[in-house]
Amino acid sequence: MKEHTLSVLVENKAGVLSRVAGLFSRRGFNIESLAVGTCEEPNMSRITIVVIGDDAHLEQVKKQLNKLIDIIKVSDITYHDHVGRELALIKVNAEAGSTRAEIMQIASIFRAKIIDVGTRTIVLEVTGNPDKIDALEKLLRQYGIKELVRTGRVAILRGAKTVASEK
Amino acid sequence: MKTGARILIESLQREGVNTIFGYPGGSVLPIYDELYDSSIQHVLVRHEQAAVHAADGFARASGKTGVCLATSGPGACNLVTGLATAYMDSIPVVAITGQVPTSMLGNDAFQESDITGITLPVTKHNYLVKDASDISRVVKEAFYIAGTGRKGPVLIDLPKDVNTSQLSVQEEEPGPVVLRGYQPTYRGHARQIEKAIGLLRKADRPVIYAGGGVIESEASCELLELAERFGLPVTTTLMGLGCIPCDHTLNLGMLGMHGTEYANYAITECDLLLAIGVRFDDRVTGRIETFAPHAKIIHIDIDPAEIGKNKPVMIPIVGDAKAVLGDMLHQLEKREQKGPWLDRIRTWKEKHPLKYRDDGLLHPQYIIQELSSLLDGNGIIVSEVGQNQMWTAQYYCFKEPRTWLTSGGLGTMGYGLPAAMGAQVACPEKTVFDIAGDGSIQMNIQEFGTIAQYNIPVKVAILNNMYLGMVRQWQELFYDRRYSSTELPSIEFVKIAQAYGIEGMRVDSASDVRPALEAAIAHDGPYVLDFRIEREENVFPMVPAGAAINEMIGGHQQ
Repeated sequence: MKEHTLSVLVENKAGVLSRVAGLFSRRGFNIESLAVGTCEEPNMSRITIVVIGDDAHLEQVKKQLNKLIDIIKVSDITYHDHVGRELALIKVNAEAGSTRAEIMQIASIFRAKIIDVGTRTIVLEVTGNPDKIDALEKLLRQYGIKELVRTGRVAILRGAKTVASEK
Repeated sequence: MKTGARILIESLQREGVNTIFGYPGGSVLPIYDELYDSSIQHVLVRHEQAAVHAADGFARASGKTGVCLATSGPGACNLVTGLATAYMDSIPVVAITGQVPTSMLGNDAFQESDITGITLPVTKHNYLVKDASDISRVVKEAFYIAGTGRKGPVLIDLPKDVNTSQLSVQEEEPGPVVLRGYQPTYRGHARQIEKAIGLLRKADRPVIYAGGGVIESEASCELLELAERFGLPVTTTLMGLGCIPCDHTLNLGMLGMHGTEYANYAITECDLLLAIGVRFDDRVTGRIETFAPHAKIIHIDIDPAEIGKNKPVMIPIVGDAKAVLGDMLHQLEKREQKGPWLDRIRTWKEKHPLKYRDDGLLHPQYIIQELSSLLDGNGIIVSEVGQNQMWTAQYYCFKEPRTWLTSGGLGTMGYGLPAAMGAQVACPEKTVFDIAGDGSIQMNIQEFGTIAQYNIPVKVAILNNMYLGMVRQWQELFYDRRYSSTELPSIEFVKIAQAYGIEGMRVDSASDVRPALEAAIAHDGPYVLDFRIEREENVFPMVPAGAAINEMIGGHQQ
């Protein structure tokens, strides 16, 4: 079982996301993470899906996705050189004083941004691969995480190659 | 100025539609008003489920795309089973549904249902049209999607205000269909075809396993040519019956759970399996690990997702069966037939024919054989689901494609009568029989009303055993004869038919079978035959669930 990252180019039409999500649930495929947004083409969107499974399982996921009329292209970029990022917003307890300084120090080590400061809390914004975000979360837990919001992963190929140009 | 409904009708006519099966209601009133003086024939069914099955039967019998129409809410929801049936069997159907006005969408309005959401998993694609100017393009795309690639049902949901809105623009014929996410592959990969031919040349014990894909791609001629030129025995799935004449020496009949013993033995022993337009369904393969255990597998299918889905394949060929087989024939010379293998198969066929007790009692298999000999391949046979379906598949001699219509994948009881209706409308010159059970026929028996009203001369042969026979058979074999909720009371189907104005006959003995069938065939109009068959007759041979397909019960080895 391996984590696969699929970059899926779709028509920017109503209902496309539910077609994709419905396909995953009824065929018993598990979505680890999903991110959807506009892309470089005006009337297309890109969905980045992280899914865990063996190669045969993934083959079926890709083929079934490709059968959806509104899906233009499915690329498994797992074995291509790529970078993947997630973003998290973390609201952590930070009473003024030494705690707050410690948290700010941790944030700077993780290159997280402080995007809101309240009297008793700080909100951090961090991007990176999932391991990095997990590590930061683990460190901050001792101060009390009040709320945590994470996006799905987005991923892109390294170098001049693009997913659209890949065969 | 034209209304959306007008544009819809013109778009359907542009696609060559001459018949619609449907049922009116509030949200489709504008469409029915346009149909009132249109050249399109509308067949008013008695339940929307029958409309979609009829469209499906129309499509299977004719090779064209079938069309049905239903109103919003309950009408649309009643289509679901029929869409799922067509989807599982890859049958081209376009379903049009009414919808509440766009301003009310999502408000739980009267007779609102999210039919595009509901039918997402059972359609090849669906549309909710929110602007009348999209109608002509959407209809064109829907027919294109339904009838190309791996065929299937497409639903178009039309809100009432879209149907009534007036369009001032001159409606031109829509341009060519452009769907960048949908480009089915028709031609097989040349190198893969070459490799397949190489394997075929070397094989000692080859078998063709052909299915519904051969019928849908109209590849029966190519299949037969390939089989004959290369001496390849052919077994077909339930869906593939008719793609090779049943009385052909190379034909092994149906394989799988209720297949012939010789087909299942041939599969188990073969060293090369050429699978064409099939999907290695569990009813065919039994325990998948023991299916064709010695064979190298070549799989030709237009749907790449079917290749390698259930069973690893040595040579996948994505493409249309007709095109791929055509390419193969170009490269294959006639060859020496594999004598020892064909001899072995001949011996199996002689030693293990299909058989039932010959004791003069009224056995359903006898009825099917008599019908088969009377029609001699010149009819269209539709079945319901269960024992009636399996006996027909086993004992009727199909000689041509599109003469056997049955719900294979979904196994929909109640399919037969409405599908027979659709087939008869598509092929008015043919004798169409619905082979039914007393359980199945009651699932859409209201369609007696439709065949009576339009004098659609469908003949209904009910194999009446006062049981839900297939479930009873499983209870007998695997649940210690505990017949839980499978016994049905005796119904006088002839009286029901008469109430609808249809003639019929009850048949209680074997000697009356042939005259009764002759009377039904000769009768000018629909006819109902109520055959009181042996109540606990079973379908044999049978592969128990989870067993290997050569481990049959009720065959000759016992």
